[in-house]
Formats: sequence, C-alpha cells, structure tokens
Amino acid sequence: MEYFLEILFGGLTRGSIYALIALGYTMVYGIIELINFAHGEIYMIGAFTGLIIAGVLGAAGFPAAAIFVLAILGAVLYSAAYGYTIEKIAYKPLRGAQRLSPLISAIGMSIFLQNYVMLAQTSDFLPFPSLIPEFKVPWIGHIISSSELIIVVVTILVCIGLTLFIKFTRLGKAMRATAQNRKMAMLVGINVNTVISATFVVGSSLAAVGGVLIASHIGQINYYIGFIAGIKAFTAAVLGGIGSVPGAMLGALILGQTEAFATGYVSSDYEDVFAFALLVLILIFRPAGIMGKEPVQKV
Amino acid sequence: MDEKGAQSTLRFILTAGCDGYADSLKRSVLVALWFMFLTFPIMVIRVDTIENTIDWRWMNLAFVGVGSFVLSFLWRWLLERKELMKGQAARESVVERLLTQASTIPSARLGLLVVVAGIALAFPHMAGMYQTNIMISCLTYIALGLGLNIVVGLAGLLDLGYVAFYAVGAYAYALANMHWGIGFWTILPIGALLGTLFGIMLGFPVLRLRGDYLAIVTLGFGEIIRLVLENWGDVTMGPSGIAGIDRPTFFGIEFGVMDSINYMYYIMLALIVLTIFCVNRLQNSRIGRAWLALREDEIACQAMGIDKTKTKLMAFALGATWAGMAGVVFAAKTTFVNPASFTFWESAIILSVVVIGGMGSIRGVIAGAIILILVPEYLRAFSEFRMLIFGATMVLVMVFRPQGLIRAKRKVYTYDKSTVAGAANE
Repeated sequence: MEYFLEILFGGLTRGSIYALIALGYTMVYGIIELINFAHGEIYMIGAFTGLIIAGVLGAAGFPAAAIFVLAILGAVLYSAAYGYTIEKIAYKPLRGAQRLSPLISAIGMSIFLQNYVMLAQTSDFLPFPSLIPEFKVPWIGHIISSSELIIVVVTILVCIGLTLFIKFTRLGKAMRATAQNRKMAMLVGINVNTVISATFVVGSSLAAVGGVLIASHIGQINYYIGFIAGIKAFTAAVLGGIGSVPGAMLGALILGQTEAFATGYVSSDYEDVFAFALLVLILIFRPAGIMGKEPVQKV
Repeated sequence: MDEKGAQSTLRFILTAGCDGYADSLKRSVLVALWFMFLTFPIMVIRVDTIENTIDWRWMNLAFVGVGSFVLSFLWRWLLERKELMKGQAARESVVERLLTQASTIPSARLGLLVVVAGIALAFPHMAGMYQTNIMISCLTYIALGLGLNIVVGLAGLLDLGYVAFYAVGAYAYALANMHWGIGFWTILPIGALLGTLFGIMLGFPVLRLRGDYLAIVTLGFGEIIRLVLENWGDVTMGPSGIAGIDRPTFFGIEFGVMDSINYMYYIMLALIVLTIFCVNRLQNSRIGRAWLALREDEIACQAMGIDKTKTKLMAFALGATWAGMAGVVFAAKTTFVNPASFTFWESAIILSVVVIGGMGSIRGVIAGAIILILVPEYLRAFSEFRMLIFGATMVLVMVFRPQGLIRAKRKVYTYDKSTVAGAANE
C-alpha cells in the first residue's frame, strides 16, 4: 500500500510538471494552430536561468527562501522574454504561409536554442541546488517529500490562476475569442498580434515555473532536458485534447500516473517508451483527445 | 540583381539615409539592447553551485550586442524586400539561373552531365581514402535526403522519425551478419523491404492524422526504436552496439581496406543514380502527381477521387525503403552500429538537407547534402557550431526562402497552336 501511494504521489509530481509545460503547448495551439516545438527549449532555458540566478545569489549569501522565489521570478521573466522573441522571429513572419513552414521553422528554432545553451554553458550535466525549502510533511511525510508537495501545490495554484485569468480578465477573453475565430476577433477590435504575443508570454512563464521546480527536485540539468519533456508534455496536451486548457491538465495527470505506474510495476528501462506508445495509441483511437472537439474541416 | 530588387535596396538605403536614418538606427540599438538583455544570463554567467564560483564572461555581451545590431539591419532589409516581392514569383537564385540556362541548351546539358559523371567516377582515384570516406557519408545523406524528399517534399508529410527506418536497415544487416554471417548483397534488398514494412506498419495507423500530429508521432516512433535498440540488450547488444560487420564482397572476392572503401563508394554512387532515376520517374507518374495534389489541398484531392490514405502510405513506405537501404550501406561502411548513430539529431540533419536544399527538388537535395555535409567537414574549426547554424538556417530559409536553395520545378505543359494541336512538350 505504501509503495502504491509513493508511486501515486510520484506520478502526481510528474503530472504537475507535464501540466505546466503542456499548458503552453495547448494555449499556443489553440490560438495559432502551431505545435511550438521550441516550447520544450523554453522550459530548459527557464531551468538554466533559475540555476544561474540561484548560483549568483547563493554566492552573494542570500537566504534560501529568497533565492527560491527570485530564481522562479527570474526564470519566468527570461522565459517569457524568450517566448516573445521566438514568436516574433520564427513564427510571425510565417503567418499565412504553408502549414509545414512554421513547423519546420519551429524545429529549427528548437535545434538552435539547444545548441545555443550547450555552447554558451556546457554539454555536461550541471548539478542544480535544491532550492525548494525542505521540511517534514505532517501525516504523510513518509510517502511524500516536501519538494513533491510544493510542486503539486504550486501547480494547482498556477492552474487555478490561469483558469481565472482566461475566464475573467479582458486579455483572457480576447485569447478565447482569438482561438475561436481570429478574423472575427480582429473585426471586434481585438489586437490579435498582442494576444498571440501574450499567449506565448503566458505559456513560456508556466514552462519556466515547471523548469525550475523539476530541476530543483531532480537536482541536475543539461541542455537536452527540454526535448523529452517537450514531447511528453505535448503527449499530455494531445491526450487531453489539444487547444483545451482543462484538457491539458487532465492529460498531464493521466500521463504522469501512467508513467509512474508503468515504471513502478513493469520496467524502468522503457520509461519513455510508455509515453510515446500512449501518444501513438491516443492519436490512432481518439485524435481529438479526451476533452477536445472533433475539428470541423472547412473547404 | 533585377529591377525590383534594386529598387528595394535603393529605397532601403535612401530611407536609411534621410528621414528614416535616425529611426532605423534607434530600432537597431533597441534590438541590440534587447538581445543583450535576453542572452545575458546564459551567455555571460556560468555558475558552479558546488564550488560556489561564478564565471563572468563580459566579452560575450559585447559580441551579442554588435552582432544583433548588425543583423537587425539585415533582417529588416530582407523583410522589406520580401514584402516588396510579395505577389510575384520568387526570383531565381544565381545557381538556379545557371542550371536553367544549362539545361535549355542540349549540348551544355550533356556536357555538364559528362563532367559531373566524370568527376564522380574518378573521385576515389584522385582523392585519398579520407576524402573518399567523407564523400561516402555525403552520398549516404544524398540517398537519405532523396528518400525523405519523397515523404516531405513531394507528399508534404513531415516525418521527424526518418532515422528509425535507417536504423532498421543498419541493424538488419548488423544482426543478420553477426548471427548467421549473411552477406551485404543478400541483406540489401531485405533491408529495403524491412524499411518498407516498418514504414507501412507505422504509416497505416497514423496517416489518417493531420500533418502536424504526424510530425510528433513519427518523432515518438523514432525515439521508441532508438530506446528499444538501447534497452533490448539480449538482441541488439545495447548501447555498446555491434562491431565487426563484414564489408561487402564482389562476387565472393574480398577487398583490402583501401579497395573496399573505393568499392563502397561505387556502390553508393550506383545507389544514388538508381534513386535519382526512381524519384524522377515517380515524380511525373500518376502517384507522383497525386502526392503533389495531396500536398497542395487534401480535400480537393479527395474530391478528385484520390485515395488519401493509400497515396500517403505509398509515399511513407517508399521513403522508408530508401532509408532501409541506406542503413544497410551505412552498417557495411562503418562496420559498426550502435544506437547513438540514430538519434533525433540525425533525423534533423536529414530534414535540414531537404528543407535547405529545396523541398521536392532532386537537384536541391543533392546541393543541400553537399553543402551541409561537406562544408562542416572541411571547416572543422566550426564543427561545434554546426547544429547551431543548421537550426538558424532552417528558420531563415523558412522565413525568407521557403522554396529552398534550388526550387522544385513542376513539369510544365505548354500548348502551342502553331504545331500540332495538343502536342505537349516540356
């Protein structure tokens, strides 16, 4: 029973991180129908920025809690800036181009960013200081660590915040309108370019939060972490129904649990295979995902 | 430079020279400042959280500042030119113009062909073993690029796991050779067939999907194959790979190392010629036209009575066939395979060969492979920047020249009243 619960919470932690990344995928896809391949790299850059800030502040002797908060804020700021810039360089000039063009451009961007970080930093694994404050979790302390708990709690808070943002703020409403019909949104006076930029900024910020949290939890990073995490988060987004925000959260949860139980009870060698196999199966049997709508093809 | 291009350049210089000068400068300064801010932590600071030391590299900041300042001018100029050119057919590049001119004159065309063939045939005797080896790997990429070109360029299906089929071919030869001592020539068709089989196996379930989903599924499939090769140690020998694969023989005659490499070169050359012939024939066949139509508009294509799934599957399977064949040759050439040769990077390189060379264009893919594979080989000093430049080039090509280096030419049928009505010529 204890082993089961440990796996359950492990899966929840994984799922939380996937959710934070998947939200960015799903929001961008909802608005411009593009798989933002570089999104995993944004997450990686967030983690690296967090590491650098933590390193500098740590050397300057800041208290641990301050480092934790500042590292996350700094990572969010920088990832958002990267997301914004990438959209302007690689996607905006391609609006209205053939479908394949932005996708290839996104892959190029992803390759570029990975190598940029590898060359500017290092190709080795870097140790990541454990930033998340440690304490003994009451009652369930023997099955869940404090960092796992904080990851889950932060993710829940972020998801609630995002849902409220999309539902009630002016910008959130503009996003939903643009996702429904871009031309119509333009006609009612929404600045679509601003909305698209804002979507990239919000999505990238979420990925940065995920990046710092998971890096701190695992304790090491390298330039390649964004690739696998990106594909898995994309799987989560597709599982839930791409374009749907609650779908991405649900999909991430399911993917996290699937992976956790498959590695816990079957074999840990094939950890990534389970996720990919799940992706292939969903796409074959229910391409619209759990909460997604069957897309209507217009001629 | 033609008239329009000259106009745009002139206008750019003029606006930069008069009222727009200050504005343009201000924008570039802002861009430079923004990029200096953006790259500051990753380019400048390197931390060691164990020793608690920080390495400040301020010089990088200056490089980024100056670089982005200059590039922003270039970027704006290119964007402006692109805007100006909108609506007209994209201009031909110098290479394209030369090629078109050469191909219109029959004697020049023949001459060019003879020269290329002569160089290709004599290459291993003129150059050393090292050069020949590089050339073989370049030829391998041409074969792979031409295979992927069927899938991406002609049928418009973005396949990011192409390397999986390459791995299938390579491991087919490696395993068959290790366990049963089967030779190269027996496996070559079997490897091709296995590639086809895997292509159909993957293609069958996923080809009903939208294009961008396909990209991710193929990416996932490529990773699955690699992970299985890595983890299924009993069969594939795991990450350490399989060594000591036999080199190909010539009707039972074995060669020394040097001759064997030359032999490999000619095998590869023959394979390329076969590939070019097949792709060329395919392009203008019924199925080839169906691919192009499918790429342009799926719904219209279905309305014309083309079986979407079958046509896509055909492209997928044929592309995989070439990857399988190239895989067998790769295993025979290196005499060693391990999963590390079949990462996503390999797929990315093949894709960039196709994209940068020109999707759908045979000459483009060949030029792309020659540039992307040979140039980094000879510019060893920049080899670590290779993937960085590939990535940046992919973005730039998509933004400014989506048709690639040498654009695909559709076969054009002209109707000439003066000759027999309905006569079609090229």
